[in-house]
Amino acid sequence: MRDSTLKKVWIYFLLTVTSFLVFFPVLYAFMISFMSGPEILQGRFFPEAFNFDNYAKVFDRLPLLKYLLNSFIVSLSVMVGQLAVCSLAAYAFVFIPFKGRDLVFFLFISTMMIPWEATMIPNFFTIQKLDWLNTYQGMSLPFFALAFGTFLLRQHFKTIPKELQEASQIAGLSRFAFFWKVILPVSKTSLVTLGAYGFLTTWNMYLWPLLITTNSSVRTVQIGLKQLQSQEISTDWGVVMAGVIVVIIPTLLLLFIGQKQLQKGLSQGALK
Amino acid sequence: MTTVRAPGIWKRSANLRVGFLYLLPSIILFAVFLFYPMIRTIYLSFFLTDQNGNAAVNVGFENYSYLLTSPAFLNSMKATGLFVLYTVPIGIILSLFFALLANEKLKGIGFFRTMYSSTMGISVAASSVIWLFLFHPSVGVFNRILLVLDFPQIQWLLDPEWALISIAISTIWMNTGFSFLILLGGLQNIDEHLYESSRIDGAGYFYRLRRITIPMLSPTLFFIITISLINAFQTFGQIDILTKGGPSQSTNLIVYSIYREAFINYQFGTASAQAVILFVIILVVTILQFKLVERKVHYQ
Repeated sequence: MRDSTLKKVWIYFLLTVTSFLVFFPVLYAFMISFMSGPEILQGRFFPEAFNFDNYAKVFDRLPLLKYLLNSFIVSLSVMVGQLAVCSLAAYAFVFIPFKGRDLVFFLFISTMMIPWEATMIPNFFTIQKLDWLNTYQGMSLPFFALAFGTFLLRQHFKTIPKELQEASQIAGLSRFAFFWKVILPVSKTSLVTLGAYGFLTTWNMYLWPLLITTNSSVRTVQIGLKQLQSQEISTDWGVVMAGVIVVIIPTLLLLFIGQKQLQKGLSQGALK
Repeated sequence: MTTVRAPGIWKRSANLRVGFLYLLPSIILFAVFLFYPMIRTIYLSFFLTDQNGNAAVNVGFENYSYLLTSPAFLNSMKATGLFVLYTVPIGIILSLFFALLANEKLKGIGFFRTMYSSTMGISVAASSVIWLFLFHPSVGVFNRILLVLDFPQIQWLLDPEWALISIAISTIWMNTGFSFLILLGGLQNIDEHLYESSRIDGAGYFYRLRRITIPMLSPTLFFIITISLINAFQTFGQIDILTKGGPSQSTNLIVYSIYREAFINYQFGTASAQAVILFVIILVVTILQFKLVERKVHYQ
């Protein structure tokens, strides 16, 4: 009995210390975002007052609202696009048997071996030739197809009883109606996982927006941070950190809400 | 419904046609944005190119032989190798440690899980800016701590000896969130009964860890090792914000090197050759993982 209490105390201690260390950089950035220049130089942890001057300044110096909107549009587009494209493919892999399906499946697996960075040079020129530089479609369309997403949904679709398909055929539902009205609603959890994953990864994307945005029309917040950092360096860390906090709040919220779901969904999709 | 003339074939091929239709969006996108550019990259790696990335002069394997004798590229490969070595093992051990702690069934454990996974919600750009501040020579936390402890100050990102290590530290932090989440998922998939039977035998914590947890977790571990390896090879954002490949090229990792060669120096031929080398490395890593998994991993 005493043994287990001791063990508990020990575990709580480790949990508290390590999780504080992990979260410290974010917490510190949050504190800095309320500090003035002299306060930062003093090396304090808590700001004197929680006023929003730095936040007002950062929205002043960067078209941050525009960037936030751009990031939302691009992330939502990729999310919806991925859900549509991946769920269609996963449906075919589970419910439509045809000759050569294994070959196509192998093709999907092989895409996972091509690092995206190895293809970025021709992709850049493709987008340029399509005249899609500085456009939302140029930012999002290349990422709609995703082998990982297809596998994740396929895994879930496979657990749906085949009798459901037979029953729907008898009831006279078309294939697409079966997909739309039966399969998608019962797979809500996997769709949410993939959706959150797609939104998160797109929101955080850095290299591609850096390559294909040359002005602020569709530029995302991540590139905004780079701009801010190179403008403000050594002068106003409070403003820079205010920018950081604004940028990470949407994804942190999404993660906090969907953490359980993501963890279950991702580890299932990853492993079979 | 146009089955009048050849009902047999038309009807029998219905699945093929419809199946293909459902797969078509994926196939088109993969073809345009993955397979074509990969082939094009390989093709370009044998050429000198003009400013618009068109092949100009066929130079055979010269781009490759140039790279393999270029001190700058060899240095970049070495830095990449070191970086992988610094980040992957420590990152995974740390995430596994967090996941084991967070897998205990205690009150309020959800809060700690959220804390550990939080870095997954923070972009590379935001993380890098935060770490730029932490590493700052005068106002940064690390040097303040060193000062208090009366240790000599370190020029984290400015010293060629330390820059790569600094980037590695920040990268480990950025990646723990995702690795933690995946490993925790793996831990929770382990059947409780396995532990119950061993507890009766009076097995200790570390015995159970070695004999039950780690073997049962091995599929997840292999997955996360592969992903971490691949991610490490693809590192870009933190380099661009923290060091720009410097000081004296010590953090010029391969993807950053490709980016510079292509989009700053406009040498698309040699950049493509580097990209092909990156592709081969990742291919080998992935194939090795598949082979190992087939042989070694315990499936439940």
